[in-house]
Amino acid sequence: MPLAATLVEKIRIQIDGRDVEVPKMMPDWQGKLQPTTMLQACQQAGVEIPHYCYHPKLPIAGNCRMCLVEFGTPMMGPDRKPILNEDGTPKIAKSVLPYEPGTPRGAIGCATAISPGMEIYPNSPATKQMREAVLESLLINHPLDCPICDQAGECKLQEYSMQHGQATSRFVEAKVHKPKQVDLGPRIMLDDERCILCSRCVRFTRDIAGDDALGFVNRGSYNTLAAFPGREFDNNYTLNTVDICPVGALTSKDFRFQMRVWFLRETKSLCTSCGTGCNVVVSSREEKVYRLEPRENDAVNSSWMCDAGRLNYKWIGREDRLTRLGGSRLKACTWTGGAREVAEGLRTARPGTVAIIASARQTNEELYWLKKIATRLGAESDSIPRVGEGDRLLVSADKNPNSNGARLTGICGPLLGMKLAGIADGIRSGSIRTLIVFGEDVTRHGISAEMLQRLDLLVVSDILPNQTTRLAHYLLPGCAPAEKMGSFVNVNGRLQKFLKALEPREDARPEIEFLMELLGLLGAPQPARSVEGSFNQMAKEIPALAGLTWSSLGDTGATVQI
Amino acid sequence: MIVNRKELSWWERMYLPAIASGFKVTLRHFFKKKVTMQYPEEKWSVPPGYRGAPYLVKDQEGRTKCVSCQLCEFVCPPRAISITPPGPDVQTEAGNVEKRPREFEINMLRCIFCGLCQEVCPEEAIFLMKDYSLTGQSRKEMIYNKEKLLALGGVHNDPIMKWKHKAQEAEQQETFPVPEERQ
Repeated sequence: MPLAATLVEKIRIQIDGRDVEVPKMMPDWQGKLQPTTMLQACQQAGVEIPHYCYHPKLPIAGNCRMCLVEFGTPMMGPDRKPILNEDGTPKIAKSVLPYEPGTPRGAIGCATAISPGMEIYPNSPATKQMREAVLESLLINHPLDCPICDQAGECKLQEYSMQHGQATSRFVEAKVHKPKQVDLGPRIMLDDERCILCSRCVRFTRDIAGDDALGFVNRGSYNTLAAFPGREFDNNYTLNTVDICPVGALTSKDFRFQMRVWFLRETKSLCTSCGTGCNVVVSSREEKVYRLEPRENDAVNSSWMCDAGRLNYKWIGREDRLTRLGGSRLKACTWTGGAREVAEGLRTARPGTVAIIASARQTNEELYWLKKIATRLGAESDSIPRVGEGDRLLVSADKNPNSNGARLTGICGPLLGMKLAGIADGIRSGSIRTLIVFGEDVTRHGISAEMLQRLDLLVVSDILPNQTTRLAHYLLPGCAPAEKMGSFVNVNGRLQKFLKALEPREDARPEIEFLMELLGLLGAPQPARSVEGSFNQMAKEIPALAGLTWSSLGDTGATVQI
Repeated sequence: MIVNRKELSWWERMYLPAIASGFKVTLRHFFKKKVTMQYPEEKWSVPPGYRGAPYLVKDQEGRTKCVSCQLCEFVCPPRAISITPPGPDVQTEAGNVEKRPREFEINMLRCIFCGLCQEVCPEEAIFLMKDYSLTGQSRKEMIYNKEKLLALGGVHNDPIMKWKHKAQEAEQQETFPVPEERQ
C-alpha cells in the first residue's frame, strides 16, 4: 500500500463481528485519497467481497451489483449521541428497505464509504442471498459455453457461480442470443453473449487509454457492448481489455483457442520491447510461450502493458534460432573446448587491439562480466542505441530494455554508441584486430561485412542469425530473456529482475555462464557462480546499487540513482 | 530340515499305475463338453459397463462432438491424451460451436482404460468402448490420431443436440451466432 495510506487517520469498524482498524482515506484509481469503501475495508481485513465491475485501477461504476453487502450503522439519538445497549455497546441500525423494515437492504461495497462504528456483514445470510440473486440474474442470458470459452479456468463468473451460485437454473424461457464472433479490431474478438456489462473495458479505453472507442448499445436484455460504428478498436492498449474482462467476452485473437489456461505455467518476467520494462507474466507450456500478461507494479506499469510489447514473443520460438556452437574457426564440438579456443585467441591479442560491442538488451549481470573482460583485455567497449517512437502512457522512445544498465555497468558512456565510429575507424585502419560482439548485428551499425572480414578474431554471441553471425570465427549461441534470469534497469532507473520461463534450446546457454567461464580462462579470480551471486557482487562494486541484493529486489524491483 | 526321501516300492517303480490314472483323467475330459476358448478367433463378449479403449464419437448428424476443451488431457492420469487446439483461425465448418480439435491423439500404450476422460467430458464426445486387445507393429502406430479415433468410435446418438438448439434459438431471434459471411 502506498505510504500516504499509512499516514492518514484510522477508523474502527466491525467486519463479521470482528473489530478492525482501517484507514479513513485510501487512494483511488488515480492515486488520489478518497474515503475508504466497504470493499476496500474488507480487503484490508482479509475478507474478499466478490465483484466484477470494480477494478482498483479504474473509476468506480457500481453497475454489476455483485459486491452488495448487508451493513449497519450506530443509531443516533436526538442529541446526535450514539444510543447504547444495556451492556454499553452502541445500538446498531441495520440497513433495511424504508417501506419494508423487515427486509435487509444491501449497499454496493465498491462505492459505499465506511463511517466510524459501522458494521459490515460480508458473510451474513442476507448478503449471501443478495449475491445468489445477483448471480442468478447475471446468468439469465449467459450462454454457459465454458467448454469452448477461453476464459474458463480464470473466469470470475465461473468462480463465483461455484462459490455463491445455485446448482440449477430456474429460467425456463429462451435465452436472448447475441452475436458471438464480433470483430472489434485487429486484435480483439468479442463474444457478446458472454458479456455481463460490467463496463470495465469501456472505462479502461476511455479513461486510461484515452480512446473512447467502446460503449453499450440497445436496452434491457438486448444491451450489448459495441465499438463506435465505422471505426476499429485498434489503439495500442486494446489487449488490456481482455485481461480485465472478468468473463470470456473480450478475447485476444492471438491467444484465442490456443491453449487452456490451466496448462500454462506462469513465470514472473519483464517485457523487453522498450525501456519501460513493464512487469509481465510469461505463460508457457512445454517450452512454448503462449501469451504475456501484465503484472501489477505501481512504480512502472500499473496493471497495463501495450499490445506491441505483449505480442512481441513469437520470435522466441522461431525455427532459425541459433542453437549450435559454430563459427568458421571452431574446432571443438563442446562448450568446454570452444571456450578454451576463444580464450586462447583472446589471450594472444595485444591490449588495445580488442573492441567489444555489447547490447543494451543484455542483463546487468552479463554486462558486468563483459565489462570485466573488457578491462582485462584493455578493450574499448560500447553498446548500440535503439530509438523509436514513444507515447504518453507506457511506450518509451528508448527501444533498449537496459540502456541504463549498460551505463551503470560502464560498458558504454552516458550516450550509447558514442565510441562506435571510433571502433569502426580502428578496424578500418587496422589498429583493432579483435572484435567481440554480443547480440547485435554490427553490419547495420557502421561496421560493414567487408571490415569484419579483415579482423584477426571475431567472436559473436547472438540468438538469431544475421550478417555478423554468419561471418563469426566463433559463434556462441545465447538465450532469449525468457530462457534465462537477470535484471534490467528501466528508463526511470527502476532495477527489476526477471526469472527463467523456458529451457534453453540444444547447445544454447545463458550468456552469463560462458562469460564467467571465459573470464576464468583468461586468468581472473574465480567469479561468482550464479546470476544471484553475480548481482550481489556487482551491487557491492557499483555505487548506485549499494545495499541491494538479489533477494531484496523482490517482484517489483527497486529504484536506483541513474 | 532334512526331508527323508521315501523309498518307492517295486510296484510303484513300475510307473504303470500312475500312467493309467493319468489316462483316466484324460479320457474323462475327452468325452466332456469343451471349455477352451479359441482366442483370438473366438472372443469374450464383454459385459455392459466394461472399460475398453477410449474413442471419439460423432453425433447422428455427423458432427465431431469434441470441442477441444482439453479437460480429458488435463485429467488423464498417465498423460496419454494430447490435443492440439484449433487456434484463432475461424473454422467455418464448426458453425456456432466455434471450436474443434485440430489434432487429437491418444497414446494407447500409455492409456490405462480408467475412464476419467469419459467421466470429465462435458460434451459426451469420448467413450470407453469394448476393445481391449490393441495391437500394432510399432509404438508410433499405437498413437491413435483423431481420424482413427473417430472412425473407431462411430456415432453416438445425442438426444439433446445442445449446439444445434442454440443455433436454432438464435436464428429464431434473428441473431446469427456465426456471421453470415463466414457461414
